[in-house]
Amino acid sequence: MPSYIIRRVLLIIPTVFLALSFLFFLFFTLPGDPVNLIAGGGDRTIDPGVLQRIEERYGLDDPVPVQFVNYWKRTATWDLGESYVDRRSVNEILGDKSINSLRLATWAIIIEIVVGISVGLVSAVRRYSLADRLTTIATASMSAVPVFVLGFLLQYAFAVYPNLHDWPEWFRMRTSRLGPDEWRFFFIPANLEQVRYLILPAVTLASVSTALAARMTRGSMLEVLGADYMRTARAKGLRERQIVARHGLRNAMLPIVTLIGIDFGTVIGAAVLTETVFSWPGLGSEIARSVIARNIPVALGLTLVVVLAYTIINLLVDLSYAWFDPRIRLGQESSK
Amino acid sequence: MSMTDVPAETTLDASAARPLRVDVWRRFKRNRLAMLGLVMIVLLVLVAVFADVIAPYGIAERSSSFREGPSSEHWFGTDTIGLDVFSRIVYGSRVSLKIGIAATSIALVLGLLLGAVAGFFGGIVDTLIMRLTDVFLSIPYIVLAVAIAAFFGKSENSVILVLGLTGWLGICRIVRASFLSLKQLEYVEAARALGFPRARIMFGHMLPNALQPIIVYGTIAVGSVVLSEAALSFLGVGPQYPTPAWGLMVADGKSSLSNAPHMLFFPSGAILLTVLSFVFVGDGLRDALDPKLK
Amino acid sequence: MPVSDVLLSVRDLHAGFATDDGHVAAVDGVSFDVHRGEVFSIVGESGSGKSVTAMTILGLIPTVEVSAGEIVWRGRDLLAVGEEERRKVRGGEIAMVFQDPLTALNPVHTVGRQIGEMARIHEGLNRKDAMVRAVEMLDLVGIPEPAQRARMYPHEFSGGMRQRAMIAMAIACKPDLLIADEPTTALDVTVQAQVLDVLIGIKDEIDSAIILITHDLGVVAGLADRVMVMYAGRQVEMGTVEEIFYESRHPYTLGLLASLPRLDDVGDEPLVPIKGSPPSLIHVPSGCAFHPRCRFAQIPGLCDSARPELRLVSGDAHLASCHYAETLEDVSIETLRSSADPDELLDTVSDP
Repeated sequence: MPSYIIRRVLLIIPTVFLALSFLFFLFFTLPGDPVNLIAGGGDRTIDPGVLQRIEERYGLDDPVPVQFVNYWKRTATWDLGESYVDRRSVNEILGDKSINSLRLATWAIIIEIVVGISVGLVSAVRRYSLADRLTTIATASMSAVPVFVLGFLLQYAFAVYPNLHDWPEWFRMRTSRLGPDEWRFFFIPANLEQVRYLILPAVTLASVSTALAARMTRGSMLEVLGADYMRTARAKGLRERQIVARHGLRNAMLPIVTLIGIDFGTVIGAAVLTETVFSWPGLGSEIARSVIARNIPVALGLTLVVVLAYTIINLLVDLSYAWFDPRIRLGQESSK
Repeated sequence: MSMTDVPAETTLDASAARPLRVDVWRRFKRNRLAMLGLVMIVLLVLVAVFADVIAPYGIAERSSSFREGPSSEHWFGTDTIGLDVFSRIVYGSRVSLKIGIAATSIALVLGLLLGAVAGFFGGIVDTLIMRLTDVFLSIPYIVLAVAIAAFFGKSENSVILVLGLTGWLGICRIVRASFLSLKQLEYVEAARALGFPRARIMFGHMLPNALQPIIVYGTIAVGSVVLSEAALSFLGVGPQYPTPAWGLMVADGKSSLSNAPHMLFFPSGAILLTVLSFVFVGDGLRDALDPKLK
Repeated sequence: MPVSDVLLSVRDLHAGFATDDGHVAAVDGVSFDVHRGEVFSIVGESGSGKSVTAMTILGLIPTVEVSAGEIVWRGRDLLAVGEEERRKVRGGEIAMVFQDPLTALNPVHTVGRQIGEMARIHEGLNRKDAMVRAVEMLDLVGIPEPAQRARMYPHEFSGGMRQRAMIAMAIACKPDLLIADEPTTALDVTVQAQVLDVLIGIKDEIDSAIILITHDLGVVAGLADRVMVMYAGRQVEMGTVEEIFYESRHPYTLGLLASLPRLDDVGDEPLVPIKGSPPSLIHVPSGCAFHPRCRFAQIPGLCDSARPELRLVSGDAHLASCHYAETLEDVSIETLRSSADPDELLDTVSDP
């Protein structure tokens, strides 16, 4: 087993290398000249001398393969370059944005786990009840609303409208940006004001994945509820609640752990829409902005971290399988 | 005694004699949400086909009223530059269906081919294809989408390419898994032993047995493509004005939420209903095709 | 046997469930008693209602609806008591051994934990004592190195071992009645006998009765005291094992026996299969459910018009439900075999 883990850890390197190399060439073939952008760009004509100095400074006059090698040389020493727009170091930008992303992602995942799994469980155990039918429709609708529409609606209903109409202070949520930026233990809001800023983006970001988690929990649990060993548990004289808790839950968890793990991996980078709606200064929106603006060092640097996070979390999820299901031996690939 | 007067034959369970397709349809029909979804999809297709007849105005036909709420003249109101929201939503059904079906088809073809090859041949081919999907899965989808959209320009066709080129990963994995298990089955081994051409075994013998999850996945995928199109439009890399894309209309409507909520409400509603219909039909198909879960 | 010895008494049980195609009458008016310490066997083809009967005693299938009847366990009607009381009976007083131990054991818990859980539920043992009990029970069913085995997972056991572990779990609280539903069907032929030996040995050890459900008359012959034969959800015959095997008064039982090879076959006796296949429980044939497949049926006549009552046909408790049970008195398996149409016969032996 240790050799399996080592092999998996080593596999992260080619995956990340290929992903970033692909993006490197993709970004470089995008139409639009980064030199113009650095110089303050647009369609203004810029002094050729300035352009030449910029090209030299960023190595943009080298052939692309040389730039490619240089990029990886720098990246290997964790020097991610500097922004074409404001010359800030990408490492510094990364520090700010990734902390904000991680906070938001953590809370979204907490909501997904708590709400998604419990709703799915109730729905499965009380199959065909009114609660189950409502859940089915609600989870389907939740994943059918564009995230940004949900964000706007929440923003309007809980922040804009109450503020316009002087509702009681405790009911008004905040929107737009981080707020006071005060946290305890890294991700716990230090005061009520911070909660007001956090709650709407966290709920919005969690919405789709929570709905998926609920649906998957329901399906997985229904399958487990029909299993022979559940009948055995009933024949032993366990109470219904104990049957579900002791014999059903862990068997039903495997697909859900996968889903939540993958969600945690993707949510860090995929929060673009939520971050944009609430102006939450995270990685996703910064990456999207950089790609659109051809700010290549920022786009590549931030994406590198997101890709790393995704692959590492995926590895951890795979390793956790062995605990959830003792039949799985690590290193022997089963056809899933 | 001849076989014909064995009376027990007549008492056999009636379901054994029914063809599978009839059974699936019968189970599907009983699922009310799925039937509702199917009706809505049929309606959507009709609206798309007869958009010229249904829409009272053209997609870029300006009127003198701006950001007016619903009225008898403009059923869903008008937008910031005086376009009729109802007409644009009607024409938008064409855009959504076109993008949804075309992008899903590209994704299906890519996913089927690569998944089938990986599962059938195994070994180094399988490893390479699986690493490739790993690489693409690790890149945040939206980065890829924005980059590809920036590459191909902002248009309907580039959205189709973007969503098709990023959508094949899930299908590829499903097909690979089915092919891996199908490969073990005796009839496939028999076909191989008989020296049938590989392509014929893969697509003539194995594919039909791997179709069920693909049908379900493909149905739901059409819906999620419509959602993704909206997201790309919102980020400004989708189809551009005057294309009546629903996502574009939603993105336009966001700034007028407090004084002209209909601009956000109607196109969002159209997206919601369309996506829901495909999800319901996909779910219904899954239940109908796999009766043991019932 | 004295009446006081009756442990379980099932009276006119009707149970069924709804399917896509209609209502399935899985158990259709079944009555029987199980006495202390006996092995009572329920025999029938798949779909005859034997498993549903057993599951209904414990109330294990939520979708099965009991429409009439009583299940009296030590003087209490289990169908009338509350869920909590019924729950205490499960496992503690009546325990069940299932058909396929691979799927019936929970894959994510150790075998020891699953066996010990029984004692934790019904005797309130703590985790440690429950494990001690589990090891004892594994030892009792003849599993070597029980202490190590208790810490292993079901998938690490062989098929026979798993079924032994299943039995160990069932007897962990020394129940008065063990219901074994096809306990050997999923096992290799070589270990079937061992597992049955363990089951019967245990019965004497903890002094309980057994309801043995099987489609295999061979198993019944060696182990059962009394036998009930079921067909299409109905009882067709019930009696001691001798009565069933040597004085059978029902064409279905006779058919089953004639289709089996026997130890005293010299080698060239043909086997006679029962023609046709079991009926759908949604559209049960009129009259006697077996009449379409019965070689003695009088059609048209009583057989396809009137449902035969279960009635005393010989001795003091040999019951059969056939209109013409008396005329079968002289019919033996041998006559059945020799009178059969040659086309129906299966040759038993390649070497004549």
